[in-house]
Amino acid sequence: MGGYVSHVMTRQIPLVDYLVLGDQPHLVAHECTTCQARYFDRRNACAKCFATEFAMVDLSTDGVVNTFTIVALAAPGIPVPFVSAVVDCDGTPVRANIINVEPSPDHVATGMRVSLATYSIGADDNGTEAIGFGFEPAQNGAN
Amino acid sequence: MSNADDIWILGIVMTKFGKHGDQDVVDLAAEAATGALADAGVTMADIGVIAAGNLMNAGAGIGQQLQKQIGQTGVPVYNVANACATGATALRTAIMAVKAGETDMGLAVGVEKLSGAGLLGGGGTRKSDSNTWEPNGRYGAVAPVDGRIGTETMPGVFAQIGMEYGHRYGGADFALFAGISEKNHAHSTLNPLAAYQKRFTLEEIMGDIMIAYPNTRPMCSANCDGAAAAVVVSGERLKSLSGEQQRRAVKVSASVLTSDPYDTGCQVLPNVNTLTRNAAKQAYEQAGVGPEDLDLVELHDCFATAELVHYDNLMLCPEGGAVDFFKSGAPWRDGSTPVNVSGGLQSKGHPIAATGIANIWEVCHHLRGEAGDRQIEGAKVGLAHVIGLGSACGVHILESAAA
Repeated sequence: MGGYVSHVMTRQIPLVDYLVLGDQPHLVAHECTTCQARYFDRRNACAKCFATEFAMVDLSTDGVVNTFTIVALAAPGIPVPFVSAVVDCDGTPVRANIINVEPSPDHVATGMRVSLATYSIGADDNGTEAIGFGFEPAQNGAN
Repeated sequence: MSNADDIWILGIVMTKFGKHGDQDVVDLAAEAATGALADAGVTMADIGVIAAGNLMNAGAGIGQQLQKQIGQTGVPVYNVANACATGATALRTAIMAVKAGETDMGLAVGVEKLSGAGLLGGGGTRKSDSNTWEPNGRYGAVAPVDGRIGTETMPGVFAQIGMEYGHRYGGADFALFAGISEKNHAHSTLNPLAAYQKRFTLEEIMGDIMIAYPNTRPMCSANCDGAAAAVVVSGERLKSLSGEQQRRAVKVSASVLTSDPYDTGCQVLPNVNTLTRNAAKQAYEQAGVGPEDLDLVELHDCFATAELVHYDNLMLCPEGGAVDFFKSGAPWRDGSTPVNVSGGLQSKGHPIAATGIANIWEVCHHLRGEAGDRQIEGAKVGLAHVIGLGSACGVHILESAAA
């Protein structure tokens, strides 16, 4: 009590700007206010209806694997094997790795339920930690 | 026999696909172009427009480089780049110029040197100059995302495209995809211009090196060198040519190029289905033929997983019926709709910009009755399809002069 501050807050930065960190990490998307098409990148206009107004929306952190592959050969420096997938998050398709699972067709399947998870990519020279995301098998079959 | 508005292929060739260590890109383009001119029975003096593609060096102006070796006549040159649809785009450009009445004869050339190119797509660089995380690009990424947010490599992208089809309709497992590759490698044994002419058993294909599940190495298109070229002519001009030229001419009943229309998720995983289906629909309508009229199909089997979805996209089967279509034996060379009797990209090879003309050469070769041991007897109508990721889809329907 009343002593000096004994801990240093680790600063964090998300791998991409559509990953929101904090107590409940989640993904966000730019949603077209006219046609509700959703995008993850910085937009010039809507590819579906050409409108230019977007609102930021939160995505569900639960999803279903729509498709996947297990990449065994990748560019130099990329650790393999890893599971690449498209996860349907309540109607919004998201590209992500499936993590915290054995990268084998015996352990990954289309239709399996998954949940968003984050992990550390490492700290830079300023001590800022980059945080990545993936989806992991849902716990106990819960949604 | 021909309407003045029709477009015909007067001459067309492909080089042997494979490793051409002693020929550079211009040599290969020249071999194909002069071959197509000789096949057409014309010279560079007859050509009113040139469209050329070489994707890996798209800024170098392959069309003019080629002219400087085989004939500088001052005609307009369009250098085109459209991913794996570059060759089809070159052909389509020449066709449009003739159709527009700007000239009555055009030359299209596609060439690539890819031997030893390895894995395409994806970025491997992890180390930046800075040692601090700095958001970059349209996603504000602080580090490369390939391998961290899915895959950007072609075998993986197309694996997901095939697996997605399997998820939607069922029945597409590892063995089924490998079976498609088994068919194409079997077909290749009859094609002396294929880069690889080796038959594999299903077990060998499934047991080979895994690249991106379920695509093993023989289920991936082969990087190689090659070129293909075609001379196109208006129906009006064809009437003034010899009986032999008219007999060997192949009618372009449909020439279509599409890009992908917006669809949910198409910017997350490329949707190669909608633009292919759109191109096929337009092509069948233009040609006045249906899928049941096709004697052979050359489709873009860049990976075994891709071939499956295109059976459906080209409407060779009922919607959702690609697995049953394959299992019925229909796409084998003795089946009801022979697909990739050339051996396809998995064995013939995929020198990117050459592919979209080489597949048309294959169809023409059969329609002219010149395909030798692999001739599909009595072939009158054929379809050639390519897709370039990004995306661009080319579909051409061809008919023999006698059809």
